[in-house]
Amino acid sequence: MNKILKLSALAVAGVAFAGMASTAQAVDLNVVSWGGAYTASQMNAYHKPYMKMNPGVKINSLDYSGGLAEMRAQTESGNVTWDLVDVVLSDAITGCDEGMFRPIKIDEEMAKAPDGTPASKDFLKGTLLSECFVPQIIYSTVFAYRADAWSGKKPTTMADVFDTAKFPGKRTLQKKPVNNLEWALLADGVPLDKIYDVLDTDAGKDRAFAKLATIKKDVIWWTEGAVPPQLLADGEAVFGTGYNGRWFSAIAEEKQPFAMLWDGQVLDIDGWAVPAKGKNVDAVMKFVKFATDTQRLADQAKYISYGPARMSSGPMVSKHATLGIEMGPHMPTKYANQGFLTNFAWWADNGDEMTERFNAWLLK
Amino acid sequence: MADDATTNGVVLAADGLPLKASLNKAMRKNRMRALLLVAPLFIFVLFSFLIPIFDMTMRSVDNWHVSGLMPETTKALENWDGKELPEEPVFAALILDLKAGAKSREIGKVGTRLNYEKSGLRSMITSSARKSKKVKEGPYKPIVLKMHKRWKELETWKVIKRNTSKYTIGYYLNAVDMKYDNETGDIVMQPEDRQIYGTLFMRTFAISLVITLICIVLAYPISYLLATLPVRYSNLLMIFVLLPFWTSLLVRTTAWIAMLQSQGVLNDLFVFFGLVDDANRLQLIHNLTGTIIAMTHILLPFMVLPLYSVMKTIPPSYMRAALSLGANPVTAYIRVYMPLTLSGIGAGSILVFILSIGYYITPALVGGTDGTLISNQIAYHMQSSLNWGLAGALGALLLFSVLALYLIYNKIVGIDNMRLG
Repeated sequence: MNKILKLSALAVAGVAFAGMASTAQAVDLNVVSWGGAYTASQMNAYHKPYMKMNPGVKINSLDYSGGLAEMRAQTESGNVTWDLVDVVLSDAITGCDEGMFRPIKIDEEMAKAPDGTPASKDFLKGTLLSECFVPQIIYSTVFAYRADAWSGKKPTTMADVFDTAKFPGKRTLQKKPVNNLEWALLADGVPLDKIYDVLDTDAGKDRAFAKLATIKKDVIWWTEGAVPPQLLADGEAVFGTGYNGRWFSAIAEEKQPFAMLWDGQVLDIDGWAVPAKGKNVDAVMKFVKFATDTQRLADQAKYISYGPARMSSGPMVSKHATLGIEMGPHMPTKYANQGFLTNFAWWADNGDEMTERFNAWLLK
Repeated sequence: MADDATTNGVVLAADGLPLKASLNKAMRKNRMRALLLVAPLFIFVLFSFLIPIFDMTMRSVDNWHVSGLMPETTKALENWDGKELPEEPVFAALILDLKAGAKSREIGKVGTRLNYEKSGLRSMITSSARKSKKVKEGPYKPIVLKMHKRWKELETWKVIKRNTSKYTIGYYLNAVDMKYDNETGDIVMQPEDRQIYGTLFMRTFAISLVITLICIVLAYPISYLLATLPVRYSNLLMIFVLLPFWTSLLVRTTAWIAMLQSQGVLNDLFVFFGLVDDANRLQLIHNLTGTIIAMTHILLPFMVLPLYSVMKTIPPSYMRAALSLGANPVTAYIRVYMPLTLSGIGAGSILVFILSIGYYITPALVGGTDGTLISNQIAYHMQSSLNWGLAGALGALLLFSVLALYLIYNKIVGIDNMRLG
């Protein structure tokens, strides 16, 4: 009895000691991202290879649903537990302005392209809009429709989405003014490069709301990204806006009878931001440098249909890891000339006002 | 005089100390013990409930941004009369603040705060702070005026001056669809196309009331059945009430979407029986109807359970006595049985009404445009717009109106009459 006790005490002590020894040099990084298929693609392309190369680093993948509320709460309380956050560009800009995120010197701290091009020249033009942000992928918010809804007829332009006589049925749109106002103007005949000039005038705002009003009774508003593919699959809606990755998995993996309408797609950028008061800044910067190099960004595209943010990664994009589909045609970057980039500066200034007006308009 | 009277009137214990004091001493130990017992609960409530609520409520009036992050400008603007653009000293102070703010990387907070009052000031502040890093020497006024066109507007300076005060009622004004007029500084209504919160508050209360009424109507017969049936049947029925109660809220809400959507079970049945045409299927979800149906279902057990437990305690002999004294069954039911169940109705109504006023997930999922409630706006300002001041103001208004309703209820019905079983 006594012997057993002694032995087990020794074993416990041994385990505890081993544990202490390993924690002494190990770093735990809390990396926060959107969850689901997207986080899975990051684990496969970034986390797993990095942990293999650096046995001392353990990456904990946490999920969040976007927005800066938790980040701000952590920063204000002074107890920042997140080491790295996957954010959309607009949140990176706001967070950077409020001092939540750490500024990053792209050329000094990030990897060069294989041919030696400095990082700031290698990331796609227009993606480095915040000094606290390392771009990762280009995604788009884009319309898809049920291919079997109107026997033979096919919508090709944004104007078709707003034409309920020619293409009857419900549309499902995200319940916020961003993108919807731009699309309304586009459908009303405003050229792509003039959208924000028009929207900046009072008459332009009225015009956008007026155009949106023409389809108001045919709209189901969504707030969760999983909803629009579901509504289309159930036949509740014939048009829907959503993230192109979600449409890709509905079409390619679930074989839903949907088709993409790339016209008017809104390109957006997603990437990493490092909390300014994080506890492992040095360790996490090494990881970000690894995870945003040319090879890693190209690898991610094997698992999800979002375009890599580096020019040098583009030619390396190959087939889907499990489905064997050539990923090139499913990348939003291929149809970039049919779409536009959200004007974040405009929305930063007018977002509050437009959201109030949009919500009031919905209630009318 | 008074002192003398008390000293003289004091009863002394055997040890010469006043009896009152030694009694208190003996009781104190007991009281401490009782306090220790509730301490865990008290600490839990304090940290998870009272402090956060207090913090959010403080945020709804807190206005530290300008005075805290632009202290020089605040001081320089103190004596500005607001008739025309300020003079050079103010601009010099502004440059100092912008430089400091750009260095500490906190100036964006001022931009965010001012942008609530006037769209466009966010980019004015952030871009000017960036440019200020390069400014070396004055005169600063022409330099600043060139930084952004809005610095030339008198309105901009009035907004800044107004927000140099440490506290504001601006968020509360916003929460009741009012605002400061940036030209005159008067409090005015928001333009009609931006009025939203008043409507939402009214709708939230109206929907909650409707749901409470429907719950009473539905729950009353069920509870009566449960309370009067023999135990072996009523236990089975009770399971039917409790099973959905134990099921996850999200599962139930999603199930209602599958039931009610236009290609869903209910509409399929209607079409099958020829009640509605296939082309004109009913829109039962993503609107007010869907919200009321789903929320009523989810909140029904909160009405059934208190009603049941009250009805269970009403002896059947009361009804028999009424009948034997000559009342017909209807009269006996209305005049004897129903008044006895009032306390259960009160308890259930308060539960259902207060729960539905703060309801969030279900309206977000099935509410569409006309079925969303004020809590959805609060969540939006907490999570997306990060306007925590406004979220705090809306939350505080909601809290106070619930408390007010509770007091009214107490006055009319009396909270002592409420029974949960």
